[in-house]
Amino acid sequence: MSILVDEKTKLIVQGITGREGQFHAEQCMKYGTKLVGGVTPAKGGQIVLGKVPVFNTVQDAVKKTKANATMIFVPPAFASDAILEAADAGIELIICVTEGIPVSDMVEVFRYIKASKSRLIGPNCPGIISPGKCKIGIMPAHIHKKGNVGIISRSGTLTYEAVGQLTALGHGQSTCVGIGGDPIIGTKYIDILELFQKDRGTKAICMIGEIGGSAEDEAAYYIKKHVTKPVIGFIAGQTAPPGRRMGHAGAIISGGKGTAEEKMKVMRRCGIKVVKSPADLGKTVAKLL
Amino acid sequence: MNIHEYQAKEVLAKYGVAVPNGVVIDNAEKAAAVSRKLGTDIVVVKAQIHAGGRGKGGGVKLAKSPEEAKVHANKIIGMTLVTPQTGPEGRKVKKVLIEEGMAITKELYLGILLDRQSSRVMIMASEAGGMAIEEVAEDTPEKIIKEIIDPIIGVKPYLARKIAFALNVKGNALKQMIPLIINLYQAFIKEDCDMLEINPLVITKDDRVLVLDAKVNIDSNALYRQKETLNYRDLDEEDPMEVEASKFDLNYIKLDGNIGCMVNGAGLAMATMDIIKHSGGEPANFLDVGGGADEEKIENGFRILLSDPHVKGIFINIFGGILRCDILARGVEIAAKKLKIKIPIVVRMEGTNMEEGHQILSDSGIDVIVAEGMKDGAQKIVKAIR
Repeated sequence: MSILVDEKTKLIVQGITGREGQFHAEQCMKYGTKLVGGVTPAKGGQIVLGKVPVFNTVQDAVKKTKANATMIFVPPAFASDAILEAADAGIELIICVTEGIPVSDMVEVFRYIKASKSRLIGPNCPGIISPGKCKIGIMPAHIHKKGNVGIISRSGTLTYEAVGQLTALGHGQSTCVGIGGDPIIGTKYIDILELFQKDRGTKAICMIGEIGGSAEDEAAYYIKKHVTKPVIGFIAGQTAPPGRRMGHAGAIISGGKGTAEEKMKVMRRCGIKVVKSPADLGKTVAKLL
Repeated sequence: MNIHEYQAKEVLAKYGVAVPNGVVIDNAEKAAAVSRKLGTDIVVVKAQIHAGGRGKGGGVKLAKSPEEAKVHANKIIGMTLVTPQTGPEGRKVKKVLIEEGMAITKELYLGILLDRQSSRVMIMASEAGGMAIEEVAEDTPEKIIKEIIDPIIGVKPYLARKIAFALNVKGNALKQMIPLIINLYQAFIKEDCDMLEINPLVITKDDRVLVLDAKVNIDSNALYRQKETLNYRDLDEEDPMEVEASKFDLNYIKLDGNIGCMVNGAGLAMATMDIIKHSGGEPANFLDVGGGADEEKIENGFRILLSDPHVKGIFINIFGGILRCDILARGVEIAAKKLKIKIPIVVRMEGTNMEEGHQILSDSGIDVIVAEGMKDGAQKIVKAIR
């Protein structure tokens, strides 16, 4: 089993005629994801990647293809609009890869999404993969393996690191979700933890966080109350200086809050097995399985 | 992006927010004339640097005459101001703001910022103005008023009233306070602020409500639509190496150690710093070359790393996803040859096209230490620079 995406997911890509959008659309399709269409305004009617129809609007695409998921590769200035268009068209799962969307746009988007039927993953995220079933995102597919570890992370490459370690030890993944490195993201740790707890195919959860904000603390309290599966945690940025944005817009210690030390303390107190070194993620999960 | 106090006040004034009369100068000779024109018994001379705590370092002075204002301006312009926020090296002052003095009866705090928990904008206010708000929040959290704003309606008069009453503002000042709060929120939204902090917001003896000090931070992601604000950027306030890196779209932050790091992805870059520390070393920087890096970007990254004289060795940690290991390896080869790198380089590569990457490096003849996994890499670089 897996969460959010599987063999039945029907994907469209917003921004499919762009260089990156097309490249990753093809990668997802090659992995076996059901790519049913793409959207680029004013390019409707084209066919890309040999067989994928392009539509002018998300609504057109949904009507013709019955798509229930979208992957967004639209430049930051237009990405919030693309998310809203997808939600308006009733797409269940919106995955926004775009990095650099202004915060004030995301405040509006978040408000709208919460009142809609859609779920937004990201922005500024690598996407989701349920190994062997469906990949929606930019992660390198070959490092993944079908299995029973669920992974949630604010980071892209650090997630690959954890996946790589697990796969090397022979442990596969049920689903890996990159929730994104921005201060405002559509889906937080708690939402995914709830799904992993319910998923019978997930036996252990690996939670990768970083400095800034308090989402990991909130997740830790949630885990203590509601999650019975073993959870392994890591926080990146233990050596990060305060007041500086460490690459991700959301990775900043402000006013002395959001430090790695503080987060690891809360996580430990809530029963999460916290590793100090990122090199120990794989073997610690393996030990718990 | 940070802007100066005088710039922040210019921005706020556009939204009808009351700020003291003042003039910014870069030449102390103008101080006396400016003070005379302001016409108040007392003027304030304020150093314009991005860091806070300027008063503590001697960067804010009261002057009782235009001549005294000139003396202060003369002393402050050109000084290296050290405050609790600048670090020991301090910041060179290029400009001072000369402002009218006033009799203050009440000092308030008003901040607008993003509340990540609710994913909405929040107004924070307190009667304990003029103090560091973090300390107020720590010691007396009951003195802080918090209002989360629904983006659909913004700040309406009722909410501004609620805040003003909670701050015990009365009479004439109350009438000015309500539009002021609404206008500040407008400025925050329209100018794409990350943070807007008024500390203090003052009520004067003659019942004026004024922004005495303002700190404004603009969302860098929104600068493409804030062209005017972009002119406010002061490169002298930024680390020259970070400015150089930003030209190549590289995310670089200078740290105090001696192991230069080159990594793809922010999370892995932070984790790489962490593992260097766990292995007994000290990272010299954070450097995320990003997903779309090409040979040229890698080369520029190297150049920036090497321009830090403290760097004694380089650790390259790449988990190839979008960024392919062969591209990385070619970039390393070009940079190592062009820049004649003499210090040890440890390379850990995994992911997309890893084998090709290793092949390129071993064929290149350059002297790199290959690592298996990030822990091995961190240990190898720590050992290599000993």
